[in-house]
Amino acid sequence: MTIGTLIVRNLRRHLLRVTMTALGIATVILAFNLIVTTVRAWYAGVEAAVPNRLITRHAASLSIHLPLAYRDRIAGLDGVTGITYANWFGGVYRDAKGFFPQFAVEPASFLDLHAELSVREDERQAFLSDRRGCLIGRRLATLYGWKVGDVIALKGTLYPGDWEFVVRGIYQGATSTTDETWMLLRWDYMNERRQLIDPDRAGTVGWYVVRLADPVRAGTLSAAIDAEFANSMAETRTETEQAFQMGFVAMSGAIISALKVLAIALNGITLLVLANTLVMAVRERTKELAVLRTLGFRPSHLAALVTGEALLIAGLGSLLGIALTIPANALYAEMVGAKLGNFFQHMNLYPSTVLLSASVTLGIAVCASAIPIGAVLRRHVAYDLRHVG
Amino acid sequence: MNQPAIEFRRVTKSYFRGNQEVPILRDFNLSIPAGRFLAVMGPSGSGKTTILNLVAGLDRPTSGTIHAAGVTVSQQRESELARWRARHIGFVFQFYNLIPVLTAAENVELPLLLSTLAKRERTTHVQAALGLVGLSDRLHHYPRQLSGGQEQRVGIARAIVSDPTILLADEPTGNLDRSAAEAVMALLTRLHLELKKTILMVTHDPRAADYAQEILHFDKGTVS
Ligand SMILES: Nc1ncnc2c1ncn2[C@@H]1O[C@H](COP(=O)(O)OP(=O)(O)O)[C@@H](O)[C@H]1O
Ligand SMILES: [Mg+2]
Repeated sequence: MTIGTLIVRNLRRHLLRVTMTALGIATVILAFNLIVTTVRAWYAGVEAAVPNRLITRHAASLSIHLPLAYRDRIAGLDGVTGITYANWFGGVYRDAKGFFPQFAVEPASFLDLHAELSVREDERQAFLSDRRGCLIGRRLATLYGWKVGDVIALKGTLYPGDWEFVVRGIYQGATSTTDETWMLLRWDYMNERRQLIDPDRAGTVGWYVVRLADPVRAGTLSAAIDAEFANSMAETRTETEQAFQMGFVAMSGAIISALKVLAIALNGITLLVLANTLVMAVRERTKELAVLRTLGFRPSHLAALVTGEALLIAGLGSLLGIALTIPANALYAEMVGAKLGNFFQHMNLYPSTVLLSASVTLGIAVCASAIPIGAVLRRHVAYDLRHVG
Repeated sequence: MNQPAIEFRRVTKSYFRGNQEVPILRDFNLSIPAGRFLAVMGPSGSGKTTILNLVAGLDRPTSGTIHAAGVTVSQQRESELARWRARHIGFVFQFYNLIPVLTAAENVELPLLLSTLAKRERTTHVQAALGLVGLSDRLHHYPRQLSGGQEQRVGIARAIVSDPTILLADEPTGNLDRSAAEAVMALLTRLHLELKKTILMVTHDPRAADYAQEILHFDKGTVS
């Protein structure tokens, strides 16, 4: 026999209570893991942005466009090896829930600058030669069951009216982090119709995508571009694609921060549930603990008994929680991740996530023990031997 | 005999009920030589348990000093007292106080977990102690599967397994029927005669006290 034997036997005294506590902890672990998975998916999405591209947009707001004439002036700057442009189309498919990112782009240069979007050559050609054509990402195609040749009808919001686009190709991400939920349509087609309904704004672009010769020069080149248009009618703001995307999903960013707070707060539940169970356990055993002290058990031994029990319950809860997380995460990625699109494509459950949740839980178990240990050590042995039943 | 095994010198112990002082021991002196089997008799509530708790360092005197097994108990720090208790004090309770989730053998092994003995040596000691109290055939029984007399004998085995200098027994027969009580007293007598243990037993049962070498009558805070 060891002290461990006593810990395990004590644990088995109230199996129902221990099971409930472990289940409570398992639920916290499950929620924690899903939240961390979501947060990590977001960062993976942001990471995926290629660092050798800059985004130039209006200094005041993304909703104010830039003149098309800027294209040649930027392209002429030293260190720029390519430029393309895009507009946020903002169409709605069927109803407001049918939302996915749509960009009106200049097809050849856009695909040239975004080499991570790989398209079969015949599909690329088909897109280049059909003004009403569009390219869609593989995940988007799967989500709505679209195939090459299908017609996608969108209701314009920024560019009012009913729009129809023919799927000319489906692109795949070259790496696992490439966003496969985009729809690319043609800027020239969009602009042509805009000329009729909104002639004032025709010929303007939402933002420029600039390819750099050397990513190290991102800072100086950004400054050079913005200096080029300083004190003009439309001043610009240039930043790396990563910075741009993070700002672009500022909303998501705030939600991510909220999720992080939530993940930390969740662990408070583990602390309380566990401390409560332990306090009850040592209270029931007040007399036995007094007997152990009479036998010569030191405060450190009693602390070990309580902490051991806490770690065992927390360990059980962690194992249970992890066992729940594995299937739950797959389901979650499928149901939630797919709908969030864009930045949340990689709802992968990493071993480090699971490890983090388990070690946080075990750390909390040690903290939770402090409360009952303090209570035990404050007891008066002679009093407990005499008065406790 | 040089130093007594247990010595109370001008010990006073009072409890406070509200702000009223209730004296239990008043200028109490007691000296027990090593190897003595002493019974202290007194009515219920006279302070018998208090005396044992003071010897074991589970309680502190209001004034005076207590020496036991080579140390001044009343001056030791808590963590040192625990180590000292593990080595020198065996405690037998009226209500046995076995740990219900541990078998007889495991209960007896508990004090040995505090020693440096290896697992095999611990098992040998446990079997010897349970053999001595006549329970070699009950090693793997849980307390609830034993009679009161058997439980008390397990309690005695637990008290002696680490070969302590002093055995303290608090009404060890108080909860037993006649024949079980006799078996327990015969056992304590053997421990005294064969193993030369110093035994301080408190009881209000005159039949139990008769087994001791010497009987002290104790009432109203002093011996008579
Ligand atoms: N913690 C305490 N607080 C107040 N009174 C106490 C406390 N412990 C014991 N007493 C009182 O001290 C007296 C002696 O108790 P005890 O030593 O248990 O006597 P005995 O063992 O002889 O029955 C009793 O009157 C008891 O009520
Ligand atoms: Mg008593």
